[in-house]
Amino acid sequence: MSQASVATSTSGRTIASRSVTVTAIVVGAIAMVAIFIALLFSAPAPEASPTSLGFSLRSFFVWIGGLNPLVQIPIILVVFGAVAGILLLLIEYAPRPGKGYFWLRLVASFAIPALAFMLLRPYQNAVLYVMAIALIAGGLLFFADYRARQGSGYLVQLVLFMAPAAILLLLGLVYPAISTVVQSFFDKSGKTFVGFENYVWAFTNPEGFWSVINTLIWALIAPAFSAAIGLAYAVFIDRARGEKVLKVLVFMPVAISFVGAGIIWKFMYDYRQGDQIGLLNAIVTFFGGEPVAWLDAQPLVNTFFLLIVFIWTQTGFAMVILSAAIKAVPTEQLEAAALDGANAWERFRNVTFPGIRSSMIVVLTTITIASLKVYDIVAVMTGGRANTTVLGFEMVNQQQRFQSYGHSSALAVVLFLFVLPLIIYNARQMRKQREIR
Amino acid sequence: MSATQTAIIADNRTKRQVERDTRRNEKTAQKRLTSKGATIGAVIIAIFWTIPTFGLFVTSFRPGADSNSTGWWTVFVNPSFTLDNYFQALTSGGTALTLGESFLNSLAIAIPATVIPIVIASLAAYGFAWIDFWGKNVIFVFVFALQIVPIQMALVPLLSLFSRGLTIGEVQVFPGLGLRDVDHSFATVWIAHAIFAMPLAIFMLHNFISEIPGEVVEAARVDGAGHGQIFFRIILPLAMPAIASFGIFQFLWVWNDLLVATIFAPSSSLPLTQTLNSLSGSWGDKWFLQSAGTFISIIVPLIVFFALQRFFVRGLLAGATKG
Repeated sequence: MSQASVATSTSGRTIASRSVTVTAIVVGAIAMVAIFIALLFSAPAPEASPTSLGFSLRSFFVWIGGLNPLVQIPIILVVFGAVAGILLLLIEYAPRPGKGYFWLRLVASFAIPALAFMLLRPYQNAVLYVMAIALIAGGLLFFADYRARQGSGYLVQLVLFMAPAAILLLLGLVYPAISTVVQSFFDKSGKTFVGFENYVWAFTNPEGFWSVINTLIWALIAPAFSAAIGLAYAVFIDRARGEKVLKVLVFMPVAISFVGAGIIWKFMYDYRQGDQIGLLNAIVTFFGGEPVAWLDAQPLVNTFFLLIVFIWTQTGFAMVILSAAIKAVPTEQLEAAALDGANAWERFRNVTFPGIRSSMIVVLTTITIASLKVYDIVAVMTGGRANTTVLGFEMVNQQQRFQSYGHSSALAVVLFLFVLPLIIYNARQMRKQREIR
Repeated sequence: MSATQTAIIADNRTKRQVERDTRRNEKTAQKRLTSKGATIGAVIIAIFWTIPTFGLFVTSFRPGADSNSTGWWTVFVNPSFTLDNYFQALTSGGTALTLGESFLNSLAIAIPATVIPIVIASLAAYGFAWIDFWGKNVIFVFVFALQIVPIQMALVPLLSLFSRGLTIGEVQVFPGLGLRDVDHSFATVWIAHAIFAMPLAIFMLHNFISEIPGEVVEAARVDGAGHGQIFFRIILPLAMPAIASFGIFQFLWVWNDLLVATIFAPSSSLPLTQTLNSLSGSWGDKWFLQSAGTFISIIVPLIVFFALQRFFVRGLLAGATKG
């Protein structure tokens, strides 16, 4: 922005000093990697104990864990707020010119990484390496910041803005995703390499096989039905009397947990001898039929009854978004079509639907992703019995019940491969939109 | 006095006239755009979507003996109601804690797990929106794409980071947090929820924050404010609608979550969903308890939903129509 244009005035010297900066950073980075490798090849010390400064992240969490749950809420919010406040103060003051602020940047660059690492209590054998890495990282940050084209302080504040989120994402999503892929090629214990054996298991073992089949059924049927019913309902109630109330009725299940929805529907599906208390079987017996144990009916029938629950929860979401899209279709176009003699269906087909196509795609992809990841409904309603298991459930099941990390990871990777095309599609879609903007 | 009165009456009359006219216009418009079949279809869907919840709601107030022998619809013939189910459900529990205790746990999990990711994500969203840096667009698309990585994929490695720490090969670097045995420790659940919320939160808040007019930010810069002040004094207040709608979204998602809590929470810190799930197994056919338990668990989401419905819908639309 405005800062960027300031610093590019002196051309020749800038290029020379840039190359100095780059060289220094590369050297520093190599040093960090070297120390890290040295750490990996240092003698293992199984008896080493953790070192800390007397307080650590763990000691704080242990202390707060001993309090009443309701007391914990304000305490954690105040502590977190204080940390965020310090961060903002640093962001505000770091880029200012002047000697005091120079020292502020210097101290912050070195102290924050070192303190962060010490809060994690590195083991004795690793302390020196870890601190060296922290100090070099701090030094590099300070140096790069000092020579930044946009003026010193620019890089420090950028790092302060982005680092918390970046750490969470790298540690919590990127690293685990990579680690899961690696794990899927190892056996139960995670020590022996087994190649594609886990994947073979996933497609041949009954649990693995059914979870793959059922997941595909979920991903194909749930979005289609939710979107279709949601769209139909949105069209039916558009500009009708009491539209708001009618909307809330269908939208309400979106707020209910899958656990709650699961129990609500288990009650609907209830099966017993004699008088029925489940509505569905009561209707069946009212018409002279035999009561059915819906959730045990195989093959695939029970999966469809689970799907009904999921569709029930997702239709409201589809309806709200599609309804908003329908309202954005210009009334004049509809009226013009009506004057031309188009009937309701033709008007919908040729005017409304093209207008809401992009929202439709959003609804379909969102629900598809949600249905690929479904866990709760299966866990609550059948616990995966009677071949109702899905990938999202089975991988947790393998890990919790059988401690079988290899199988679990392979199922996770299969799930990821199912989601991958949707990721690519959505990301491309978003890039296109950003280019338009 | 009387003059103003007649004026008011006249005013009311015209107002009524206008209302009547618009209603008539709306009706004709309706006639043109909707049909009888559509109304019937809408009513059928609405009934189908309400009956299951309503049935369980009625059951939660019926005495156990009744609800176990007759269908809930018979209540209209011979009504009898009680609140006992709720007291009994609140005090009954699994191995570690009662439903009432896990209600408190759910609060202690959901509130921090809503606030923490919002603060961290709004910082990052501001960075993406108002600070230029190399590779910004590519990184942003990457963060967006992370949104769709299945949570299940991240659970096991994250859990082992929490419990066993970082060990590379044979070399131990960091120990785990070791909070598994600490009563009422929610730390790992907070962190896990914050992580899983991050991509969507950054995406939604960025959408809103980047739309704030640049002149506002420039004016503050001219007045000598740094990024810290601009963020805290200008962007945060302006972004409140987006923060509110994401907050509701995140609160409901955390409150309703079963998977993350199952994996990360120690047994005394389990939230309502998990306790309800395990209780519903041991309650078996005692529908009077299951129904009361379910309504205890969905009362908070329903209150949040009905009170803040507009923000919630706005949040959905912001997340969806732009994606």
